[in-house]
Amino acid sequence: MTDMVSTQKKNVVHHVVSWLLRNHIWVFLALTMAVFSFASPYFLTLNNIGNILTQGAFIGILAIGMTMVMIDGEIDLSVGAILALASALAIGLQDHMGTWPAVFLGLMSGAALGFVNGSLVALSGMHSFIVTLGGLIGIRGIVFVYTGENALMVQDFSYTEIPEIYIGPLSLTAMLFFALALFFQWVLTSTRHGRETYAVGDNIEAAHDAGINVKRHKIINFTICGTMAAVCGILLSMRLGTAEPNAGKIWELWTIIAVVLGGIRLTGGFGSMWMTIGGVLTLAVLRNGLRLLNTPNYVELMVMGAVLVLALSLDKLLNHQEDGR
Amino acid sequence: MNFDLNAMLRRHGLVLAFLVFLVGVALNTDAFLTPGNILDVLRQVSITGMMALGVTFVVLTGRLDLSVGSMLTLLTVIVVDQHNISGPFPAIVMTLIAGLAIGAFNGLLIGFVRLNALIVTLAMLSFLQGLVLFYSGGSNVNVQNAQSTWFAVFGRGNFLGIPVPVILFLLGAVVAGLVLQFTTFGRRVYGVGGNETASIFSGIDARWTVFWTYVISGFTTAIAAVIMGSRVMGAQNTIGQGYELTVLAGVILGGTSMLGGSGSIWRTVIGISMLGFIQNGLLLLGFPYYVQWLVTWAVIIIAVWIDLGAKRGRIFA
Repeated sequence: MTDMVSTQKKNVVHHVVSWLLRNHIWVFLALTMAVFSFASPYFLTLNNIGNILTQGAFIGILAIGMTMVMIDGEIDLSVGAILALASALAIGLQDHMGTWPAVFLGLMSGAALGFVNGSLVALSGMHSFIVTLGGLIGIRGIVFVYTGENALMVQDFSYTEIPEIYIGPLSLTAMLFFALALFFQWVLTSTRHGRETYAVGDNIEAAHDAGINVKRHKIINFTICGTMAAVCGILLSMRLGTAEPNAGKIWELWTIIAVVLGGIRLTGGFGSMWMTIGGVLTLAVLRNGLRLLNTPNYVELMVMGAVLVLALSLDKLLNHQEDGR
Repeated sequence: MNFDLNAMLRRHGLVLAFLVFLVGVALNTDAFLTPGNILDVLRQVSITGMMALGVTFVVLTGRLDLSVGSMLTLLTVIVVDQHNISGPFPAIVMTLIAGLAIGAFNGLLIGFVRLNALIVTLAMLSFLQGLVLFYSGGSNVNVQNAQSTWFAVFGRGNFLGIPVPVILFLLGAVVAGLVLQFTTFGRRVYGVGGNETASIFSGIDARWTVFWTYVISGFTTAIAAVIMGSRVMGAQNTIGQGYELTVLAGVILGGTSMLGGSGSIWRTVIGISMLGFIQNGLLLLGFPYYVQWLVTWAVIIIAVWIDLGAKRGRIFA
């Protein structure tokens, strides 16, 4: 009897340790938070935590879509541009058709562009890096042509009050991020599409032989990624009340940084939303904490680079990642 | 004479399509196919082209270098600032050394520690941009004696009527092409890119090969920075932002495979020049500036798809 209890205990410990080895970002997040709470009296206040969550949620929502695509073994560089187009459409079309139809069309633009990306990847067999690199350039071009190279201002300022709903320190944007992350975690673990995502990312040939419609599957995930980018763009336009043609520039890089910090690999077949949430929060905490300590902007950029390489080395060390590419 | 039209179309379809485009634009504008305009376009592409030469080596091993944009910013700031402090010659030497050092650091992490190239160079993109702001304190730098310094020759000079940057670019292309085709190192680069495991079993030290490709990439970016600094006679803190993507677009457009092992320098020269001529042609035809980006998107997709389809023997995957 005591023997059984001790094996159970061992199992629990083993389980926790292996979870932490895979999700080492949460340990790192706890450490960072501990350091910043000692370093700055303003860090561990309810107000600031709320701020971090809201600020992190924008990259976070992009990271959700990116995670789906990355577990598939693909990448999407066009999310920053899709975000800009969605926010421009949501604000630009409001005068002609009212707020919600404009928001809906903004969302649809993201879904459509994600669909285009996915179809191009699936039908042509090109590397998604190339396809979405093209998309990054071209979609940004569309944004500039549509906005006439100007920032679009919202006419009806009640638009900016839509996301101003709070539960405690939690803003609507942050709630949406967590809700979407949890939903897609459920999709990944408990639906056929989710299991197919891991299968395709792990071994695309085997997935195809097992009867998975790989092309349709990839198109769906790219569409999800585009839609998430549009959601982020619309929330951003609500927060700012303007749509700038340069909005979201190099956010695709921040998103990739967040996701990779979380421990998800570019080779695919591995990862979860828990990792992504961890990576997103770590990035947000680092940026917020460094600002509270009044460090100049360059420190943030350099720390981010160093942390990324550190996270990568750590992941390699802990999980014996092989492929050097 | 055995003339296989099909095979030729497959091999050079991209170049032929490009020639059709050139003729099309030339028929609709007077200014396009004039020596002056052609030299202008070549001068515009010489900086990205120079960087693309080094990046081609990296891509041929199946890896990526996203740090070249930030590196260009940093090195341009260094060359301009040091020009004011210690004169043109030391400034150029320092810039080249800095470029080699950054490249070596990339190469160390990717070749020897074997970390993922995309992430490492992405981290470097962020880190180097931070270093730029640290070095310059956030302000722009300018060459103080811009009118009198011989430093101007790299970006603004002409030799026998041809702009010096164009000469440097073409010279660099010839050297890089020769290295790739006729040296052991060149063959090793193709070997590592084609099949890394097989190359290691054939006695190639993949670690050193990868290391040197990043050093080369850093070196060509340093030369590009010298040209850039000399051309602008100053440097903003974001002067190279986004260049990594333009460079990569040019390399890919030329048909060098992202998987490694297939491609060449002349393809990169063609790809980068195509980007330049397409943008110039669209402007001369009177399209709004940003329509170029849309067309670039379409051209990249179509070009790479055709290239891939030709190799595969059918259009769809």
